[in-house]
Amino acid sequence: MIIILVALGVLVASGLGALAAGGRHPLANRVGSLGALAGCALGLAGTAMSRMLGEAPSLRIPWSVPGGELHLEIDALASFFLLLIFGLCLMAALFGSEYLRAHADRKWLGPPWFFFNVLAASMAVVVMAADGILFLMAWEVMALSSYFLVNFEDEKESTRRAGWVYLVATHVGTVFVIVLFMLLGRESGSMDFNRWSGLPGLPPVTAGLLFLLAVVGFGTKAGIVPFHVWLPEAHPAAPAHVSAVMSGVMIKTGIYGLLRVVSFLGTPPAWWAMVLMGIGVTSGLLGVLFAVAQPDLKRVLAYSSVENVGVILLGIGLGLLGISYGEPALVLFGMTGALLHVMNHAIFKGLLFMGAGVAIHGAGTGRIDQLGGLIRKMPIAALAILAGVWAIAGLPPLNGFFGEMLIYIGALEGAGRLEGARVLLPIAALVGLALVSGLAAACFARVFGVCFLGTPRSDEPARASEAGPATLASLLALAALCVIFGLSPGLALSVVAPAAGLLASHSDLTGATALGPAAAQVAGVTHVSMILLALIAALALLRRGLLRGRETRDAVTWDCGYESPTPRMQHTGSSLARPFAEVFPFVMPGRRQTAPPEGHFPAAASLRVVIANPFQEWLYRPAFDRIQRGMSRLRWLQHGRVQLYVLYIVATLIALLAWFMAF
Amino acid sequence: MGTLVRPELLLLHALSLAAAPLLPGLIVRTKALIAGRTGPPLLQGYSDLWKLMGKGAVYSDVTSWLFRAGPVAGLASVVTAWCLLPSWGVSAPLSFAGDLVLFVCLLGLSRFLTVLAALDTGSSFEGMGASREITFSALTEPALFLALATLARATGATSLSGMLGGRMTHAWGAAGSSLALTAVCLFVVLLAENARIPVDDPATHLELTMIHEVMVLDHGGPDLAFIQYGAALKLWVFQALLVGLTLPVRTGGLLADAAAFLMGMIILSMVIGVVESIMARLQLSRVPQLLIGAGALAAFGLILTVR
Repeated sequence: MIIILVALGVLVASGLGALAAGGRHPLANRVGSLGALAGCALGLAGTAMSRMLGEAPSLRIPWSVPGGELHLEIDALASFFLLLIFGLCLMAALFGSEYLRAHADRKWLGPPWFFFNVLAASMAVVVMAADGILFLMAWEVMALSSYFLVNFEDEKESTRRAGWVYLVATHVGTVFVIVLFMLLGRESGSMDFNRWSGLPGLPPVTAGLLFLLAVVGFGTKAGIVPFHVWLPEAHPAAPAHVSAVMSGVMIKTGIYGLLRVVSFLGTPPAWWAMVLMGIGVTSGLLGVLFAVAQPDLKRVLAYSSVENVGVILLGIGLGLLGISYGEPALVLFGMTGALLHVMNHAIFKGLLFMGAGVAIHGAGTGRIDQLGGLIRKMPIAALAILAGVWAIAGLPPLNGFFGEMLIYIGALEGAGRLEGARVLLPIAALVGLALVSGLAAACFARVFGVCFLGTPRSDEPARASEAGPATLASLLALAALCVIFGLSPGLALSVVAPAAGLLASHSDLTGATALGPAAAQVAGVTHVSMILLALIAALALLRRGLLRGRETRDAVTWDCGYESPTPRMQHTGSSLARPFAEVFPFVMPGRRQTAPPEGHFPAAASLRVVIANPFQEWLYRPAFDRIQRGMSRLRWLQHGRVQLYVLYIVATLIALLAWFMAF
Repeated sequence: MGTLVRPELLLLHALSLAAAPLLPGLIVRTKALIAGRTGPPLLQGYSDLWKLMGKGAVYSDVTSWLFRAGPVAGLASVVTAWCLLPSWGVSAPLSFAGDLVLFVCLLGLSRFLTVLAALDTGSSFEGMGASREITFSALTEPALFLALATLARATGATSLSGMLGGRMTHAWGAAGSSLALTAVCLFVVLLAENARIPVDDPATHLELTMIHEVMVLDHGGPDLAFIQYGAALKLWVFQALLVGLTLPVRTGGLLADAAAFLMGMIILSMVIGVVESIMARLQLSRVPQLLIGAGALAAFGLILTVR
C-alpha cells in the first residue's frame, strides 16, 4: 500500500514538474515521461507485492470532505485492475516519450504529460477507492484529465468537436453514477463500500433500479451500445498512447464499476443477466460491423473496443446467469473468461492503438484506402502489430483466443445443463459470440491486409520508415505479452484467478471459487499450441530443404497479362467492407454519391460511399437538436452580467434554506 | 485432458494423413462418371503433389515474408485441427472438454493466414477472393458452432471425441430430428468451407469468379503443394465430422469400425460429386442466404433438443 501511495505521489509530482517546465520542451518531456515510467513501475511492484503477500491492504484517513472518508482498499478485484492500469500506462509512457517529441516544435509538452500522469493516478484511485465520494472525485478527475488529453491537437476543429462529444457523454454517464451512489448511500446510511456490500434485504425493485443505473452510468464509460458514440470520436482524436490507455484500461474502469456495484447488490435475478447478455451481443455485433465499415484506421480500433466490451459483458452476463440459476460452471467460465478478456484486450488494443499511431505518423495518413505495403517500410513494427491483429482476431495460439474460448465453453455448458426456455440464453450467447469473432477476424484481416500488405496506394506510405527504439520497445513488449499469455494460458489464468474467485464467491457458490475445471482447458490448449508450433517449425524446415539448391525467382504479381497495373488497382479497404454492408444493410446505412461516366468520350467519374452510424444519425442528433431548441428558450438567463449571476446563487441559497426550514 | 492413444491407433491416424489427397480424386471421378468421361486417375492428387514438391518457386516482388510463411503455418493449423477430430471410429489423438472451440478457431487461423498471404500480393484478383472468403466464412462460423453445440447438447459431451464417440448412437434415438437437421447444416458448411459447388467452383477457369483458387494464384512449387494438401486434409476433416455424425458405427471391433468409417468417407465423396454434377453455382450475392439458411437449420435443430 505504501509503495502504491508513493507511486501515486511520484505520478502527480512529476506531472506538476512537467507542467512547471511547460515551455521548455525537452525538460518537460523528460520529467513527465520519467515520472510516469517510475510511478507506473513502482505501482506495478507494489501491486505485485500485495498480491504475493495475499492480503487486502486498506488505508483509512479522516477527511474534511462532508460525507466522505479517505478510504482505500486493494482487494483481489482492485489489484487485478491496478496491474492492468500500471502495466499499460508504463508501456504507453515509454511510447509517448518518443511519440510526443515529434510535436515538440509546435506544442508545449508539459500539459499533456501532466494530464497523462494525473489520468494514470486517478484511474488507480478509482479502482482502489472504498468510499463513494472519493470514487466519484477520482472518476471526475479521470474524465477531465482524459478530456484534456483528447484535446491535445486542439487546433483541429474535428478534435475540439470530439473532445466536446466526449465531455458531454462522460458527464451524462456520471450523472447516473452519482444518483446510483446517492441511493446506495441512503439505503445504507453511509458512503463506505464496506457498508454497501451485502446490503441486507434490499427490495428487488430498488436493487433492480440500482442495477440499471449502474449499467447506464458505467456502461457509458465502457462504451456499450447505444452509449458508445463518444468512443469513435474521442479515440481517433487523442494522441496514440492516450488512445491506447483510454481504450485499453480507462473504459475498463466502467467494467470495474459495474462488477463492484453488482457485488454490492446481493444475488442477481436472472433478468440482470439477460440485460447484460443482450447488451453484450448487441454491442459486440454492432461494434464489429461498424468497425468493418470504417475507412479510418483508428476508428476501426475504436469501434472494435465497443465490440470487445460487448464480449466482456457477455461473459459477465453468463456468470450472473450461472449465479442466479445455481450453475457453478457458468459462473466460473463466464466470469473468468470475461476478466481474461479484460486483460487481453488491454494488451492487444494498447498495442494496436500505438501501432496505428506509428503507421499514421510514418505514412502521414490514417485513411485505410491510402495505405499499403507498410510491412516492408517498418518490418519490426509490422511484426508487433501482426501479433496484435492475430490476438484480437481471437485466433490461437495468441492470448485473445483463450478468454473467448472460456466464454464459449461457459455458453456450451449452459446449453448442455439448462432446461426449458432457459437454454435459449446461452444458445443466443453462443451464436452471437461466433458471429462476432468471425466478423472480428474478417475485420482485422482487412485492416492488416490493406494497410500493411500489398503496395502503397499513395505517395506518403511509400516514404514511411521504421519507428524509434522506445516506440519499438513498447510495441514489442506488448506483442511479447500477447504471445506469452497465449502460449501459457495457465499463467494468464493465474493473474485473473483471485479476482474471478472473488466475484464467484459473492454468489455463495463456494465450489466455484476453485479454478479446477478450467485446468483441463489450460492443459489442452497448451498441448495444442505446442503441436502447432512444432508443426510450423517442421514444415518450415521441410520447405527450406525442398527449395535448397533450386531456382527461386522474383516476378510480378499475376496480372492476367495486363500491360501496366498500378497500385490503385488493388482491392481497397472499402471494397473489402462492401460485401458486409450488403449482408447487413440495416446496420450500415450507406449513402452512395455517384457521378457515372457519361458521353461517348467519358472524362471523369466518381463513386463515394459514406457509411454512417445509425445511432448518431437517427437517435442522438435529433435528440440533441431538440434539447438545444428547448434550451434556447432559457437563453435570456445567460447574459454575462456577473452581479446578476451572484444574485442567482443568493436566491437559490435562500430558497434552499427556506425549503430546509419548512420540512 | 490431453491423452495419447495406443500405437496401433496412431498408425490408423497416420493413414488418414496419407489418404486425404484421395478424396478430391474421388469427387472428380464421380463427376466424370456422371458426365460420361473417363476422368483423371484416382491417384492424380498424389502425382500433382509430387510434381509440385519437386519444383522451384517464383515469388512476386511485391510479397513479404508473410506470403512465404502463409502456406506453412496454414497447413500446420489444419493438421493441428485434424489432431482434435476422431476418425476411423476411434478417439482423436488429442481431446479435452471444449476442444471443439479450438477446432473451429484453428480452421479459422488457416483461413486468416491464407487471406493475409493473398492480400500480400497486392493483386486485385486475390483481393476479391479474400473479400469473398472473409465474408462467407464470417457466416459459416456461427453455423458450424451451432451445429457443434447441437451435437454437444444431444450427446452431453463438449469434446469432439466425446460427442462423435459411442454416445452418438444413443443420441440418434433420443434426438434424431435435431441431428438430421445438423447433418444438413454441416453438409452445407462442408461445401462452403471446401470451395465446392454451389458456393465456389474448383474447376472454373476465370479468375474473376473464383474464391479459394484465386487466393492462391501466386503460390507455386512446394508452397502450392502445402496449400493443396492442406485443402485435401480440410476436406477430409469436414467429411470425417459428417461421417462421425451420420454413421456412428461402434461394434467394438477396430477393423469393422474403421471399415464402416472408410465406406462413409467414400460414399460422402461420391455424394459431393453428385451434388457438383447436378447443381450450378449460386450467384455470389445469393451465397450468404444459403449460409444463413444453414445456420437457421442448425438453430432449429438445437431448439428441438429443448424439452
